[in-house]
Amino acid sequence: MSDIRDARTDDAPASSAKDRPVRDEATDRLVDAKGGHVVGRSVTINKPAAELFAYFRDFSKLSSFMENVVRVDVRDGSRSHWVVKAPAGKTVEWDARITEERDGELIAWTSEDGADIDNSGRVEFRDAGARGTVVTATIAYDPPAGTIGKLVAKLFQREPAIQARRDLRRFKQLMETGEIATSSRTKAQLEEEKA
Amino acid sequence: MRALTWHGKHDVRVDTVDDPEILNPRDCIIKVTSTAICGSDLHLYDGFIPTMQSGDILGHEFMGEVVEAGPRSTLKKGQRVVVPFTIACGSCYHCGKHQYSACDNGLPADNQDIAQELYGQPMSGLFGYSHMTGGYAGGQAEYVRVPFSDVGPIVIPDGVEDDKVLFLSDILPTGWQAAENAQIEPGDTIAVWGCGPVGLFAVQSAFLMGAERVIAIDHFPHRLELAKKFGAETINFEESAVYEALMEMTGGIGPDACIDSVGLEAHGFFVDNVLDQIKKSTFLGTDRIHANRQAILACRKGGRISMPAVYGGFVDKWPLGAFMEKGLTLKTGQTHVQHYMPALLNAILEGKIDSDFLISHRLPLEQAPDGYKMFHDNQNEVTKVVLKPDLAVAAE
Repeated sequence: MSDIRDARTDDAPASSAKDRPVRDEATDRLVDAKGGHVVGRSVTINKPAAELFAYFRDFSKLSSFMENVVRVDVRDGSRSHWVVKAPAGKTVEWDARITEERDGELIAWTSEDGADIDNSGRVEFRDAGARGTVVTATIAYDPPAGTIGKLVAKLFQREPAIQARRDLRRFKQLMETGEIATSSRTKAQLEEEKA
Repeated sequence: MRALTWHGKHDVRVDTVDDPEILNPRDCIIKVTSTAICGSDLHLYDGFIPTMQSGDILGHEFMGEVVEAGPRSTLKKGQRVVVPFTIACGSCYHCGKHQYSACDNGLPADNQDIAQELYGQPMSGLFGYSHMTGGYAGGQAEYVRVPFSDVGPIVIPDGVEDDKVLFLSDILPTGWQAAENAQIEPGDTIAVWGCGPVGLFAVQSAFLMGAERVIAIDHFPHRLELAKKFGAETINFEESAVYEALMEMTGGIGPDACIDSVGLEAHGFFVDNVLDQIKKSTFLGTDRIHANRQAILACRKGGRISMPAVYGGFVDKWPLGAFMEKGLTLKTGQTHVQHYMPALLNAILEGKIDSDFLISHRLPLEQAPDGYKMFHDNQNEVTKVVLKPDLAVAAE
């Protein structure tokens, strides 16, 4: 009987666990966890993993689909400097270091000491045959000023969970269609939307 | 430019707004020559569809002339095109399967949140139909920005007038898909609820697909007359009991397939419909589904239900038991317009499908609010209002 009890009967990924500690523990194993707030999201993109990885790996291009990223300055093969929009017209900055990289498969990073927001993450690219590639992003972060800060950020839609979801959709649009969908009618509206 | 804008329930106006511009490489801008008011625009007019914002430009059935094309558009200046109401990218998994209305990329990333919450996954974008479907400016305007113009719009040969091809944008493919979803076999009897434009095109399509009999159900005499013109038998639900009539007309078997082209604003004074209306006004349910209930009850055992009609939210007292016990199949969805356009354009050019019969009124864009009111108040006479931005405003 014991082997039946021990057998896994739930194949759902840890990122969807109802139990917060289970979710956090699983994420801790994945990334160099910085704080307890964790985001896990998958999207399937109809392109080969190598192509997606190559675009993503050039961090200087991330601002093309990551709406809150003002810019990423690439310092060397593993180090970069991030400037990111924060609520109330402010920006936050940090240096990041790549902690793990497998060509065409995986990039993981962590923020260095002194970051405005401690964060770490991991993006995996898994071949999905005729469907393309499953891209999974796992991000851990310390929201500015704890839970209150998170609420404020959410009001301004700068909350990382919402952002991660939308950024992944924009990445998919850019890779699949060559552009990012907008319902703006004029250039002025588009600028306003991006601001 | 001038454009028809929504400001609230039964409040639409023609306003002056900024002209659209090319924003993405695959965009084009068209100058609208004809644009229709759709039955589903009345759902917006009546305030049934959430996530509308004051100032939204309506309209999703339109055609016109290309006046500007982005670097990755395949269209050329001067070409006349009909634009599908579904905004689809042509390159995602679903577009690859020709399920264009399920396109992954038609909606702006931020707008996908609402649909994901409500429906589980975001759908394609739609022109002029609330922010849940993208917040795209619609075609009841002088100019429209058309995204993914290398995939959607179909080029119309010179010399073919607008009125003949305009309905390729929505209602003709929708009627055709409705008949296709009914999986018609030779010798079948098909019942069609609602003789609006979609229902009337479904009648024509069902015959082209081999149906032996089509029974059309409505209460507007003029619409029933049109259905008759295309060879359908008719039931006026104000004069006859629909279930009893269908059973008698099919020798007690029931129709092989039922097409519900009525949708969330079913008319008629039936007990369950009145209950639905009370529930709707007290927010206990969002959609009225009387026609759909009748279809399930009347359909023959093992038969098919096809549902082109628009439903937005939740329903109450849907006969799930009858549906299961009888082993029915239900097929539905927004129309994969891009998939059907080329074949249907040919069918029109070859004279197999009659489409301009539908147009009862032609108005200048400036009189669009009158068009809405007319269509809303008199659905017997008014089968289709087409707005023509170039048409001179008639003197009072």
